Amino acid sequence: MQDQPTPAEIIGAVSAFVKAQALPELTPHAQFQMRVAANALELAKRDLDLSPAEDAAELERLTALLGRTGSLLDLNTELSRRIAAGEADLSTPGLAEHLWATTLAKLAVDQPNYSGYRAALAERAGKEA
Amino acid sequence: MVSDIAHIVDPDDFEPALGALAPKLGADGRSIAGLQRLSGGASQEIWRFDLVRDGGTEPLILRRAPGGARVSETAVGLEVEARLIEAADAAGVPVPPVRYVLAHEDGVGHGFVMGLVPGETLGGRIVKSPDFAAARPMLARGCGEALARIHTIDPAAFPNLKRSNPSDLVDQWETTFRASGWPRPVFELAFRWLHDNCPPPPAHPKLVHGDFRNGNLMIGPDGLRAVLDWELAHVGDPMEDLGWICVNSWRFGAADKPVGGFGEREDLWAGYEAAGGVPVDRAAANWWEVYGAMRWGVMCSGMANGFRSVDPSVERAVIARRTSESEVDLMRLLASGAR
Repeated sequence: MQDQPTPAEIIGAVSAFVKAQALPELTPHAQFQMRVAANALELAKRDLDLSPAEDAAELERLTALLGRTGSLLDLNTELSRRIAAGEADLSTPGLAEHLWATTLAKLAVDQPNYSGYRAALAERAGKEA
Repeated sequence: MVSDIAHIVDPDDFEPALGALAPKLGADGRSIAGLQRLSGGASQEIWRFDLVRDGGTEPLILRRAPGGARVSETAVGLEVEARLIEAADAAGVPVPPVRYVLAHEDGVGHGFVMGLVPGETLGGRIVKSPDFAAARPMLARGCGEALARIHTIDPAAFPNLKRSNPSDLVDQWETTFRASGWPRPVFELAFRWLHDNCPPPPAHPKLVHGDFRNGNLMIGPDGLRAVLDWELAHVGDPMEDLGWICVNSWRFGAADKPVGGFGEREDLWAGYEAAGGVPVDRAAANWWEVYGAMRWGVMCSGMANGFRSVDPSVERAVIARRTSESEVDLMRLLASGAR
């Protein structure tokens, strides 16, 4: 067992340092590049924070959907094969819901401010209301 | 061997050669000043400089192949791009005036010099800034009109541009996607849908801009001032250009304005038809929007392999992680009927 703080906590501290303290010291061009880098660190932190639970949920859904076990890579490869072959589509029970859950989980890590993601969340909240 | 070092010229040190062209860039051109790199990626460099003339200076833009020489495999080539801009100008499309196409003996590399059209190209500013509040409601129609004029350019004048049918293009991107070796069930769904709903080869193929979107348009408070970045032009279905500008990635946060984050599809189509474009095939335009979301997604996903091989830059890593943006766009287009 490694000691504390966790990698996610360390990355969070580095990106906060970059934005609050390092950025103002830089030239405009370097500021732009450094902001991109700090955003990348925050993405990595979100991945470390969110992926364990989301990956487990995705694996569970895929196992149920495909009726077989395997790694995430195996099962996503098999689902891809079935869709490409026309053996599964949006009318397959559970498929649309699985793809929505998986896609929204990716966006929560990759680009939580992306307009298409915000719109999808709002549209789905509207449907449930 | 040591003496050879003195003869090694920095590939970017083309300023003296460009300066020698001053008389060709303007009748009373004397010299150039203030050469600075603006931006440019893998396929192009963009520089601005001032042409010093009798009684004043004139700002000009140089588009140049990287290092003066490297030519992208997908782009049409800068000499062809210059000819396309001249043809667009003749067709009534707002474009920057081409001033001079570089010749080999000029020693500046491949490229051309054009006039500077003042305005804004940053998509985020165009969809949000109060400076463009009056322009935004007219922009979709203006884009439709410009596209109709682009599509009047005679493809026969450009025999070397790629000719592609919709189904060929889907196959091509599918091959690129499969080569990435990473499973993406949402892309599989998109490819199935694109195959199943593919429009037939266009009855009258047109010269298509290929990258007509917010970000490649020079916008002023008065509206569309210039159509830029002609390097992906080809000959094909004119509906492609009407779909691409609606892809959510080019709405820069304003997802409720389908045309570039500033306008409505109905205004784009009305402008297109009023300016002489063929009647808009709504279903085909929608198909091209789905195609566009897939195309951008495959381009982003390819960045992961590039990051691990040729270019381990932060920028490339971050773009690779934007692939999921296209996945949520495709889900909204295909699985919720949202447009």
